[in-house]
Amino acid sequence: MSHHQLDARRMLCPMPVIRTQNFVVKLPPGDTVDVLCTDPGALHDIPAWCRIHGHEIINTQEQQDGELTITVRVGADSS
Amino acid sequence: MTQPITRQRKAVSLISGGLDSMLATRAMLDQGIHVEGINFYTGFCVEGHTHAIRKKDKAKPKRNNALWVAEQLGIKLHIVDIIDEYKDVVINPKHGYGSNMNPCLDCKCFMVRKAHEWIEEHGFDFIITGEVVGQRPMSQRRDTMPVIQRESGAEDRLLRPLCAKILPATLPEREGWVDREKLFNFNGRGRKPQIALAEKMGIVDFAQPSGGCCFLTDAAYSSKLADLWSARGERRYELDDIMLLKVGRHLRPRPHFKIIVGREEGENRFLEGYRKQFTHMYTTSHSGPLVLLDGEANADDLQLAARLTARFSQGKMADTVRVELHEKGADKRELDVVPLTNEEIPVEWYL
Repeated sequence: MSHHQLDARRMLCPMPVIRTQNFVVKLPPGDTVDVLCTDPGALHDIPAWCRIHGHEIINTQEQQDGELTITVRVGADSS
Repeated sequence: MTQPITRQRKAVSLISGGLDSMLATRAMLDQGIHVEGINFYTGFCVEGHTHAIRKKDKAKPKRNNALWVAEQLGIKLHIVDIIDEYKDVVINPKHGYGSNMNPCLDCKCFMVRKAHEWIEEHGFDFIITGEVVGQRPMSQRRDTMPVIQRESGAEDRLLRPLCAKILPATLPEREGWVDREKLFNFNGRGRKPQIALAEKMGIVDFAQPSGGCCFLTDAAYSSKLADLWSARGERRYELDDIMLLKVGRHLRPRPHFKIIVGREEGENRFLEGYRKQFTHMYTTSHSGPLVLLDGEANADDLQLAARLTARFSQGKMADTVRVELHEKGADKRELDVVPLTNEEIPVEWYL
C-alpha cells in the first residue's frame, strides 16, 4: 500500500475531481491519496465522486488559509 | 431446451446534470441496461462552484449536478476534460453560432463523437442522451438529429429515449436490447411531459438551470469573449482566459489593455491566484478590490488603471487614494491618485 499526494490547488471544480479520478484509476486498491485543493466545492464533489465509484474518504482537513486536504482510500473497483 | 445466454447490454449516458438526461438514463436502467454516465468539462460549463467564488452566493448549494444525478441514479460518472480539444469547436464551428457564441450543434456532435470513442474503448454497446426533438432551437431539431448521428460517427448506436418513438428505430431498438414501446414521444419546447415523467419515476429533486449549462449561451459572457478575440487580433484562448471572463467587472479603457476588478472578497481571493501572471494593483489607503491588468500598459495607462482602481475602492469620494502597483517584471511602487468619477467612465468601457 502506498501513500500519494495530488496537487489540485487553484483549480475550480470539477478539475480537482477530474484530477483525482485520473490519478486514482491508476492505483491499486488500498492505496491512499492526499488531494490538496483550494476550491471549497471539492469538499462536496470529491466525496460524491468517491461514493459512486466505491472509494472511501478517510480524512478531511481545512487549514485557516482555506487550503484543503482530502484523503482518499482507493476502493476495490477503481474503474 | 436451454435458453441462449444473453449478456446485459451496456450504454453510456451523456449526463449534463439536468432533468432530461436524468430521465433518459432512468428509463434505460428500468429496462435492465447497465448504464454509466459521462460528463464533459469544456471550461465553459456553468458550475455551482463558479458562482461560489462570489461570497454572496456561498449559501447556495455547491453540488456538481452531474455527480449528484449520477449518485441519485446509482451509476458511475466519468468526467472528461475536453478543454483543449473543445477549442476548435468554439473557434471554428462548422454549423455556426446560436444567438450568442454558442456553437450548440457542433458541440453536440463533438460530445457524441467523444462518447462514441469512449464506448468503443470500453466495450459498451450504445449511447443515450436526454435530447428531445424541438426542445432547443439549434441542436435539438428534427433536422439536426440525424446530423448529430452522422457527424459524430455514432450513427444508429445513438438512442434518445425521450423522443425515440418519433424517430427511426435505432440499433438497440431493432436488436431488442431495449423495448421501443416503453420509450417516449416527447416533442417541442414544453417541459410538462418531462415533469410528469419525473413525478411518475418518483424524481422530486432536480436541477433546472434557467440559462442552460454553458456560459457561451450567455450574452454578457459572449460579449467579453468577443472582446478578448478582438483585442488580441486572433481567435484563441487558454483556460485561464475563459475562467477570468467568469469573474469580476471587466473594463477596457484602451484597445491595448483591460482591467478585471474583483467585486467582493470571494472574487478578490480568486484573482489573487493570478497575481504572478498579471500586472496588478490594489488600494492601501482604503479598502478596495484587487485589480488585474490584461494587456500592455504605458505609464499613462497605469495611471488611468490606478484611478479606476481607486474609483472601485472605499476611497472613491476621497481627494486622493494610495494604490500599490505591482507591474509585471518590476518592483512594486505606490501611486497617489485622484479617483475617477462615474461621469469620467464611459459606459462603453464596461464589457
